[in-house]
Amino acid sequence: MSTINLIIDNKTVSVEKGKTILDAAKKINVRIPTLCHHEDLCVAGNCRICVVQVEGSRTLTASCSTPAEEGMIIRTNTPKVRNARKDIVALLVSEHNTQCTTCYRSMNCELQSLSAEYNIDNNRYLSILKPNISIDRSSWSIEKDDSKCVRCQRCVRTCAELQHVNALTVSGKGKDMKISTFMELPLNEAICTNCGQCVIHCPTGALTERRYFDRVWEAIGNEKKHVIMNTAPSVRVALGEMLGYPVGTRVTGKMVTAMKRMGVDSVLDTDFTADLTIIEEGNELLQRLKKVLVDHNSSVKLPMMTSCCPGWVKFAEHIFPEHLGHLSSCKSPQQMFGALSKTYYAEKKGIKPEDIVSVSIMPCAAKKFEANRPEMNSSGFRDIDAGLTTRELGLMIKQSGLNFAELEDSSYDSLMGESTGAGVIFGATGGVMEAALRTAYEVVTGKEVPFKNLNILPVRGMEGIKEASIKIEGCLPEWSFLEGVELRVAVAHGLINARTIMDEVAEGKSPYHFIEIMACPGGCIGGGGQPIPTNEEIRKKRTQAIYEEDMGMPKRKSHENPEIKKIYKEFLKEPLGEISHHLLHTTYKKRNHF
Amino acid sequence: MKTSELKRVDIIFDCVQCAPIEVVKKALAMHPDEIIEQIISSGLRGRGGAGFPTGLKWKLAKEEVSDQKYVICNADEGEPGTFKDREILDIVPNKVLAGMAICAYVIGAKEGFIYLRNEYNFLLKKLIPTMANFNKNMQEIGLDFTIKLFSGSGAYICGEESALFESMEGKRGEPRNKPPYPTRNGYKGKPTVINNVETLVYCNMIMRIGVEPFKQLGTKDSRGSKVFSVSGDTTKAGIYELELGIGVDEFVNEFGNGDTKAVQIGGASGFCVPRKDFANKIIGFEGIPTGGSMMIFNSSRSMYNVLKDYLEFFVEESCGQCTPCRVGTQQLLKGIEAIKHGEMPSSYLNQLMKLSETMKVASKCGLGQSVPNAFSSIVKNFKEEMIY
Repeated sequence: MSTINLIIDNKTVSVEKGKTILDAAKKINVRIPTLCHHEDLCVAGNCRICVVQVEGSRTLTASCSTPAEEGMIIRTNTPKVRNARKDIVALLVSEHNTQCTTCYRSMNCELQSLSAEYNIDNNRYLSILKPNISIDRSSWSIEKDDSKCVRCQRCVRTCAELQHVNALTVSGKGKDMKISTFMELPLNEAICTNCGQCVIHCPTGALTERRYFDRVWEAIGNEKKHVIMNTAPSVRVALGEMLGYPVGTRVTGKMVTAMKRMGVDSVLDTDFTADLTIIEEGNELLQRLKKVLVDHNSSVKLPMMTSCCPGWVKFAEHIFPEHLGHLSSCKSPQQMFGALSKTYYAEKKGIKPEDIVSVSIMPCAAKKFEANRPEMNSSGFRDIDAGLTTRELGLMIKQSGLNFAELEDSSYDSLMGESTGAGVIFGATGGVMEAALRTAYEVVTGKEVPFKNLNILPVRGMEGIKEASIKIEGCLPEWSFLEGVELRVAVAHGLINARTIMDEVAEGKSPYHFIEIMACPGGCIGGGGQPIPTNEEIRKKRTQAIYEEDMGMPKRKSHENPEIKKIYKEFLKEPLGEISHHLLHTTYKKRNHF
Repeated sequence: MKTSELKRVDIIFDCVQCAPIEVVKKALAMHPDEIIEQIISSGLRGRGGAGFPTGLKWKLAKEEVSDQKYVICNADEGEPGTFKDREILDIVPNKVLAGMAICAYVIGAKEGFIYLRNEYNFLLKKLIPTMANFNKNMQEIGLDFTIKLFSGSGAYICGEESALFESMEGKRGEPRNKPPYPTRNGYKGKPTVINNVETLVYCNMIMRIGVEPFKQLGTKDSRGSKVFSVSGDTTKAGIYELELGIGVDEFVNEFGNGDTKAVQIGGASGFCVPRKDFANKIIGFEGIPTGGSMMIFNSSRSMYNVLKDYLEFFVEESCGQCTPCRVGTQQLLKGIEAIKHGEMPSSYLNQLMKLSETMKVASKCGLGQSVPNAFSSIVKNFKEEMIY
């Protein structure tokens, strides 16, 4: 890699060839303001806030989109540059709905920060905000308010580059240019997976999650209702960011305390049903392997693919409707939790299921949609009454007036509050696979997986598609058909990688037995319901926290969870049994592609 | 005031019957570098309006190593007030095609496209058989080059070269970030020469008549002649090939009707020259550059209305991706309306002038960068018309 030398604000800086002026400036601690730029996405160069003066150039230069060149002399803070930037921010403000006081993203809005930084007064330009812009609240998951859109196209690039879904697109030109959907369909009719990546990449309040926390406060305040909250594994490693902690801080104990003090009747752990998922899904995999390898049953599909991620499930339903047989029939941990909360939990606690309000705290926007899928009512009630994001929980904790930092740690309530490290790692890409292998290998061979400290490193990390294989040796007698089988697995995160994997499956060329897919980059820790901002560094820190949490758990294999043993003994009887089938498994729906 | 008639030039439309195929044959006998040398020494600059030296453009594309290169003829003639490419493609299409073929030979392209403005589809009836015949001729003389047609969809911005590529690739017509430039990274990411219709004809004609007769016309920075589209308050509206470097006064004497108040040179994205400047401005790259549009306004015209018209055009035709252009055009329009209606003080014009300066330096492409040309030249020269 050749090196390039340039001068920025009288300081010489060397960068690798191919780096932009923006990268070079960052290297010498010059922060150039940006808006359309996002580290996860390709260069756009359309907001123009990052302009700088390159000596010899008639116009100013967008630093985010211009490669650094040898000998460039750049000034980032001349009156001309400052005036242009101030004008650009003022122009964006002039077409913006500036009712910041009523905006969900107030205090965490990039336009608001820039406007403050450049001291934009309201009178510079006339307001050209279009009247009567209606907010699209058709989706269960995502709200779209065009009056707050700065047209940076970060959402469009996210949907195309990270997810390959293209639900959002640009329509119109000139004054009518806006972010829209195919044929201007409302979001609930668009081919949208509800992953919420657009939401966490949006710099303003134009795209937000549908909020349901007010309903939850209502339920908490209603003495007749028994409110249960279950928290997803990745919430505990990200919630702290909302409450003043550095990225990657684990706040599990304080979070549980806060929820109890808020008046939640029972604070439980989605990790419990993550462990349960492993038992059900692991057995489903073994059953499928038997049917294919021993019975030669051609109607059974391999590879089997995970179904915990509702964004991925809807993606598959839209794009690969003919191949849904590959998806595990297991419900996601959220929905298993919901179904059991209104049956097993209600029975054990002696509470009428109709009085239970089951709330899940998720790193996810798609979980809201999943909770509202019509078939998710196998208990006779809605499995889950409300799905909130990490951000909504953060806001609720702020509203509760609790001083989060001063809270003592406490542990989850019981029943369905006990978990293992295997349940925790569901929060990171590769985690479901790792947890499944820890259990399945042991079920089949009676021995632990042959990886140091149970850490199956090949399925970890930020590589878009990861592969691993384990040779099964020394099988217990009932699994002897697996003796010597090389179990091949793959893990993909980000729907663009899911599509690559799935194309292979659709062509019948997939070499794998089992595939884990998560819609969001990094898995749930990078989910669409997580604190904003997001980038690879943040995702890595949260991932690290997840694995620390795993290492700190006394039990790290799902099948060793005592509450799991108990629920099979007292309620479910056996994996894939009749009750499981009724409460914990589901079916999928073929959806249209356009 | 001079009374003599303005000298006419006759290169573009000359010799309609001559077979341009002979020129291509002549070019094929030369080394590509020799052709580039000739085009460079002719001083020919792009006739679309921006005026990039044509020979240099070809040279840069030739120097690129690539498995595939393209020649594109930009016939998305959309600038308000120009209609000369339409005429050229209608009357001498073979000369355009020959220009493309010579370029293809020089840079090593096997495929070429004419990007035809949607509104010009009526030309297709003649153009398609002409192209088919030309392609056949190229095979016969042993040049592996095929010209295809691409019909635009009606957006002004797609005349901007990189937006044009995006449009051809089936994407939304939005300008790209530059660098990289088309000669390195053009259509489908391959080295591409994109030239205006008229430029290609001049390349062809320079090969035919030689460098000297071309070079003798014009001035130091604006060699040769140019086809002008004359419209507005004139009895002689039409298409004229004139030497570059003529004074605006010479032009007005010839085409004006005696009551000319201003000439808008270069269309909506060009400059307005008021009567007081007629004598000291020349038409060419040293003075007022133009893609050919010459709109004449006499004293009965409201320059406020003229400007408002242009701004309404840009408000519609900006692609909308970059802030200065999308919002800036709207603010300029809304601003002059508010001043006219007394809703804003006349001093607000100063703020709008500053805004136009921001648009000029911070917009992503030539569209936003040149909106201020018309805006500031009209506002500066006809301030009282903006206010009262």
